[in-house]
Amino acid sequence: MGSEMLEIALQFLKAFAVGGGICLLAQIIINFTDLTAGKILVYFMLAGVVLTAVGVYQPLVDFGGAGATVPISGFGYLLAQGAIKGAEKGFFSAITGSLTAASAGVTAAVVFAFIMALIFKSRTKRN
Amino acid sequence: MTGKTRDNYNENYLNYVKTQDPPTQHFKNCASAFGVGGLICCIGQFIRYMFEFAGLSGDELAGATSIVLIFLGCFLTGLGVYDRIGRYAGAGSIVPITGFANSVTSPAIEFKTEGWIYGMAAKMFTVAGAIIVFGVFSGVLVGLIYFIL
Amino acid sequence: MNKKGNTVFFKNAPCVTSFAAVCGSKESAGIIGGYADITLQDDMYGESTYEKAECKMLSTAISIAIEKGGYTESDIDLLLSGDLLNQIISASFAARDFNFPFLGVYSACSTMSESMLLGAMMVNAGYVQKIVAATGSHFASAERQYRYPLELGCTRPPQSQWTVTGAGGCVISNEKRGIKIVNGTMGKVCDYGVTDVNNMGAAMAPAAADTIMQHFKDTDTCADDYDLILTGDLGALGSRILKDLTWEKGYDISEKHVDCGEIIYKVIEKEFQGGSGAGCSATVLNSYVFTKMQSGAYRRVLFAATGALLSTVSSGQGESIPCISHAVQLEV
Repeated sequence: MGSEMLEIALQFLKAFAVGGGICLLAQIIINFTDLTAGKILVYFMLAGVVLTAVGVYQPLVDFGGAGATVPISGFGYLLAQGAIKGAEKGFFSAITGSLTAASAGVTAAVVFAFIMALIFKSRTKRN
Repeated sequence: MTGKTRDNYNENYLNYVKTQDPPTQHFKNCASAFGVGGLICCIGQFIRYMFEFAGLSGDELAGATSIVLIFLGCFLTGLGVYDRIGRYAGAGSIVPITGFANSVTSPAIEFKTEGWIYGMAAKMFTVAGAIIVFGVFSGVLVGLIYFIL
Repeated sequence: MNKKGNTVFFKNAPCVTSFAAVCGSKESAGIIGGYADITLQDDMYGESTYEKAECKMLSTAISIAIEKGGYTESDIDLLLSGDLLNQIISASFAARDFNFPFLGVYSACSTMSESMLLGAMMVNAGYVQKIVAATGSHFASAERQYRYPLELGCTRPPQSQWTVTGAGGCVISNEKRGIKIVNGTMGKVCDYGVTDVNNMGAAMAPAAADTIMQHFKDTDTCADDYDLILTGDLGALGSRILKDLTWEKGYDISEKHVDCGEIIYKVIEKEFQGGSGAGCSATVLNSYVFTKMQSGAYRRVLFAATGALLSTVSSGQGESIPCISHAVQLEV
């Protein structure tokens, strides 16, 4: 029981480190280049896709857990994994596999954003 | 002093402006990006463990975790809290998937004054649309490459 | 002599006979809080959208300026106004509330000085007798149009400015009372190639420098001849650049220069450069500065607001930011 707790605690630490590290990298890029947040998000996601396709991102996921799947590169990982699994099944699945894997996230974003728009109003800022 | 031609870039002036820029507080905003980003990932890890305990696994586990995180991002955006986190955390709140949720929810809330169809719905993906477009496109490329190979 | 260089001289000295300003909650905590006619607790001003609130502020500022001057609507010949929103809807919809003609103008954050310059020209020439020059802006409506949805969690770089929520207007009349407008300098578009939309101060400083130095040349004056050289919204960084640019050409304006954007907010945080927007110079001028001029604290003021003439389309296409500055010389 004790060693299981330790393992869980260690996993949290790893998630913190890996996730924080990816965000830190993005922040450094924001500080030192004139890339905007929107461009960085697209590049990080594409990096996740490419790194998964060449097999380098999976070890990071195995090590960092949520630290590698929660950032936007993890979304790229999800897309690439879906495409790879789909390719094993056939041509049609190769094309549709990526969006199928991401369907939970995109559906959730659309539905919850709609609901929040129903409930909440826009608010101006003080600072 | 006027720009009669399109290529009117005044090198000297632009170099001078760079020297006048107020300093970015590098250490401070890197530290907060690291801290908040790590924290959000820990919350994600915690949610994942909860669902694992409840018996989910594989695709459903990943899907359920991201659904909860996206809900949190959308909800905090609606409450008007996420933009305050974002001011402090920078990349730490933009990069995690909650940032994606924020970028979808904020235009939806903002533009409903222009109507439900042409305002809220049409403008929902003004910020995040690029991610969907490039994500799907690159996913298809990967799928095709793996299929062919 | 009617005109020398780019400066027009008003022999018949049109006068600012009354003025009014409405400002938002953040602005009322600063220097103009005690001078503005209406300070809002809620930036929505009781309306359902930010655009409607902006329009209401502008309309109210115009009404109060007319009232304070002892005029009725039928005394006013013309409204010269504009704002930051696409197709200047705030000004157009505010003009809807009044029964006098409306000529819309646009020079972004320089709209206040442009409308005063044009108004003074028309009154001096005798085409009209009493006109209202007014403009305003709103933080939320500007943010929605030019930048991001309000709830988006993005950071602001330290060179960025905060759009002022406020409106100001004045009546310019052929009566010989109030604050005289003695001349005005028409600005040229200046573009030094700045493309960073978060660094408006650096983009606009050359335009301010150009107009101010042109004014000095045309009127044969220098900084020491004025009590105040007031720019609109260069912010802290833009003001530093302006002083350097004019110094380079032999003019030292550091003692007399004040920027509305730098003084409008109580605290200049390390995170932003101060206020901006058409409402910035409009509120500061039509409350604090005019009141001080009436009491004799400032006797001669050069007011040169600056504007950045870009749109989201032009910056999306990679264009740089052309800017302009119009100036009017005010005296009591």
